[in-house]
Amino acid sequence: MSEVVPRIAVLVFPGSNDDRDAAWALAALGADARLVWHAEEELPEVDAVVLPGGFSYGDYLRCGAIARFSPAMQAVTAFAADGGLVLGICNGFQILCEAGLLPGVLRPNASLEFVCADVPVRVERTDTPFTSRCEPGQELVIPVKHGEGCYHAPADLDDEQIVLRYARGANPNGSERDIAGVVNADGNVLGLMPHPEHAVDPLLGSGDGALVLASLVDAARERLYARA
Amino acid sequence: MRATVLVRPKAGILDPQGEAVESSLRQLGFPVGEARGEIERMCERLLANPLIESYEIEVAE
Repeated sequence: MSEVVPRIAVLVFPGSNDDRDAAWALAALGADARLVWHAEEELPEVDAVVLPGGFSYGDYLRCGAIARFSPAMQAVTAFAADGGLVLGICNGFQILCEAGLLPGVLRPNASLEFVCADVPVRVERTDTPFTSRCEPGQELVIPVKHGEGCYHAPADLDDEQIVLRYARGANPNGSERDIAGVVNADGNVLGLMPHPEHAVDPLLGSGDGALVLASLVDAARERLYARA
Repeated sequence: MRATVLVRPKAGILDPQGEAVESSLRQLGFPVGEARGEIERMCERLLANPLIESYEIEVAE
């Protein structure tokens, strides 16, 4: 069964800069990663989509506010509405919030400083397509690097939607309720500020991010089987 | 005291953010510089995030 290779699209916006890292990590974990330019109106036939980190459209206006209107995002919105798996990392998380695919919004860090550090993140739920390889309550060490990662939740955000939290005392940006990652109500769209693609090999300081991405690859493979 | 200060680039100074926003508005089908109702819709759809921001519209002429 291991020879079945799921296909995962990694979107590339003007200003994305973690697209290749994400594609490399997904490929290392057994996926066929395809870079898809933001101007494409249709996605290739894929089993999941990743929106990578970076500074799409120069972060003009608000982070992610302009990228949400790109043609490829219209395709991603339809893909997600159809139950497709979508993972947004950092700027990808910001785009998903601005697009209304995830609740809330990312604001400038409470410190007003750019933060770049390895942070401990607690896994609150393991019953999602993005965390199935984790243990409940497991602490993952994954780097963050952002200026606008302070998550502001809508008043009615369900606790169940909080999949990842910064460990106690390790909140790097002032996010409400220590939120590091949220999932949509249907459970098929996740956004997180930490960069799992930068933590897939102990040589880089931590391999914990691989648990998140490998969970996604597993789930994408299951989708592929379901379609076949 | 409460004061509102508007700082703008002078005419002729490159404003990449302004240009990116204007081009997004055009892509959304907004004819830039139209009536107040249109401006309100621009604010709702792109210029402001209603979850965290409010907006006021001041018409110059």
